Amino acid sequence: MDLSVTLKGQCRDLTLKNPVLTASGTFGSGLEFAPYGDLASLGGIVVKGLSLKPRQGNPRPRIVETTAGMLNAVGLQNDGVEAFLNFKLPHLPWRETAIVANLYATSPEEFRELAIRLNGEPGIAALEVNVSCPNVAAGGALFGQDPKLAHAVTRAVREGAPDKHVMVKLSPNVTDIALMARSVEDAGADSVSCINTLLGMAVDLPRRRPALANIVGGLSGPAIKPVALRCVWQVARAVRIPVVGLGGIITADDALEFLLVGASAIQVGTANFLRPDAAFALVAELPAACERAGAASPRELTGALVTD
Amino acid sequence: MSTPSSSLLTVLDLVPFGQTGPEHRFFALRLSRPDWPDWNRWRPGQFVMVRPLSFGLEIPWARPFGICHMTARHLICFFQVHGRGTQRMAKLAPGDEVRVWGPLGNGFAMEEDTPTLLLAGGMGIVPFVGYVNRHPQPWNLTMLFGHREPLGCYPVDSINERIPVDTLREPESGDLDDFIFTLQERIRDNAEQHGLVLACGPRPFLLTVQRLAATFGARAQLSLENRMACGVGACLGCVTRTTAAWPVAATRETPVQVCTQGPVFWASQVEL
Ligand SMILES: Cc1cc2nc3c(=O)[nH]c(=O)nc-3n(C[C@H](O)[C@H](O)[C@H](O)COP(=O)(O)OP(=O)(O)OC[C@H]3O[C@@H](n4cnc5c(N)ncnc54)[C@H](O)[C@@H]3O)c2cc1C
Ligand SMILES: Cc1cc2nc3c(=O)[nH]c(=O)nc-3n(C[C@H](O)[C@H](O)[C@H](O)COP(=O)(O)O)c2cc1C
Ligand code: FES
Repeated sequence: MDLSVTLKGQCRDLTLKNPVLTASGTFGSGLEFAPYGDLASLGGIVVKGLSLKPRQGNPRPRIVETTAGMLNAVGLQNDGVEAFLNFKLPHLPWRETAIVANLYATSPEEFRELAIRLNGEPGIAALEVNVSCPNVAAGGALFGQDPKLAHAVTRAVREGAPDKHVMVKLSPNVTDIALMARSVEDAGADSVSCINTLLGMAVDLPRRRPALANIVGGLSGPAIKPVALRCVWQVARAVRIPVVGLGGIITADDALEFLLVGASAIQVGTANFLRPDAAFALVAELPAACERAGAASPRELTGALVTD
Repeated sequence: MSTPSSSLLTVLDLVPFGQTGPEHRFFALRLSRPDWPDWNRWRPGQFVMVRPLSFGLEIPWARPFGICHMTARHLICFFQVHGRGTQRMAKLAPGDEVRVWGPLGNGFAMEEDTPTLLLAGGMGIVPFVGYVNRHPQPWNLTMLFGHREPLGCYPVDSINERIPVDTLREPESGDLDDFIFTLQERIRDNAEQHGLVLACGPRPFLLTVQRLAATFGARAQLSLENRMACGVGACLGCVTRTTAAWPVAATRETPVQVCTQGPVFWASQVEL
């Protein structure tokens, strides 16, 4: 079965050998998972959020398990973009699978600088702009909640990286996600991915304390799948650019549901913690799942939801 | 060191340990041996992530457990019931399936000729079962074991047969002072012999060992038990901060992953 998909952008397309990417922050640099499967078999790898300078992240506890999900307030700990390019990227199979750099910065200018730095890197297939991280005090959620700021950030990345496919990752923590999607489309995004984590909280009852040092964090995992499906559905109807769906995908059938509501590709996040070969297993199961769903390819399923 | 991999294993049996009322809280879990290519190259102190299929979607994370024993036929973990994951593990039955990935982490230093003091607090005894069994010169080993529950709750017999084990039960606070005093004496003696101190147990216990090791200049390693989601270095949930003594300049005084850079660290190099 031909599993390939092309995300047709306004400026640059992104062709994937299959529609399965791994979600940022849940798959490390990719190398952590090399013992558990063939990285080159994935449609793409979205690496842990990169910033210009190394970031130490938030204090512990920064993760907590919840029913059918988890909260994280890692706070974008990373070694910075240079360390990634020098020490990680050369070891990734970037000729065989799409390496997507997930970007985080605190101002449009900084986003532009990151984009300029990555524009000439042949190993990077696309940039995913994180305007939606709920775990950082400055910027973060704010960019993803204000259509004007999201527009400015997208424009800055678009201008900084004219040669790269630019995907903007949307936050579900807004009243109208379609509005946000339209604003980044107007700013030149080639695609959007949705959703990032939902703002949540957990309590450590015996200690009468918040379970996370940061008090609040981002909820992910199967618990958020219905919200994510709704968001993808709303966004796919609001924009012409392709949508990449994520949020609680564990099985190939979950992935197909996201395609039906309008996604062209999907990302596997928290599932990577349920078993380290989750994304590889999903790719392997995809052809059979498509057949069961009566489709000759995943492409056929995009937006094929029957609503009448 | 062996390359980790992931397998679906079958429960062979679940054996309760000790007499702690009708609800057993201590178990040896025997699983079929993983089909890892070089399964026999694991090092004591390494661990596995264990996720029974019965967790379903409700309990997303696997749980980390030290490798107690691994042979051509089986893998044994030893666990204490704490919260919802281990409660569910306590209900496993022969034939049930469990996803396991490992061996993970770095394991304890093993120096054949060096007098080595093993300090175990509670379930911290688990990695030392493998350590004692795999040490080429066990006569260089001694152990001090502090515990709250009756001795029968812990896998101490297999250790006792091979090396001298001093045990101290800690039901009251007065005994805690005794314990710390004994710890202090033993760590000081070990430092004088240029030995090696290895510790595994609850955080307050490790903090005490760390402090005493610094005071007497003992070479000490600590095994940390931070909360983990992935076990492979990706989620950055298990991190601990390093000190100025951390050997890698780039990560000095920044957070490092306990699952991949540890769980065993030189005591002087990490902040607990
Ligand atoms: C490398 C490593 C090796 C381990 N080896 C063993 C072993 O051999 N035998 C054994 O019995 N246990 C071992 N543990 C501890 C074991 O993983 C935890 O007891 C287990 O994950 C608890 O799961 P639960 O579902 O019962 O508790 P949960 O429901 O997840 O939590 C119950 C309570 O305990 C707290 N908690 C859970 N895990 C930890 C932790 N790691 N550190 C601090 N607080 C925690 C939670 O915050 C909560 O308050 C090891 C841990 C690590 C990291
Ligand atoms: C531990 C952790 C770290 C994350 N880090 C990032 C990040 O750096 N950048 C980002 O855009 N999203 C990050 N995310 C969000 C995920 O990429 C994804 O959007 C979210 O987890 C929902 O998908 P899931 O339910 O499949 O996990 C992180 C999620 C988790 C659980
Ligand atoms: S447990 Fe995920 S990084 Fe260590």
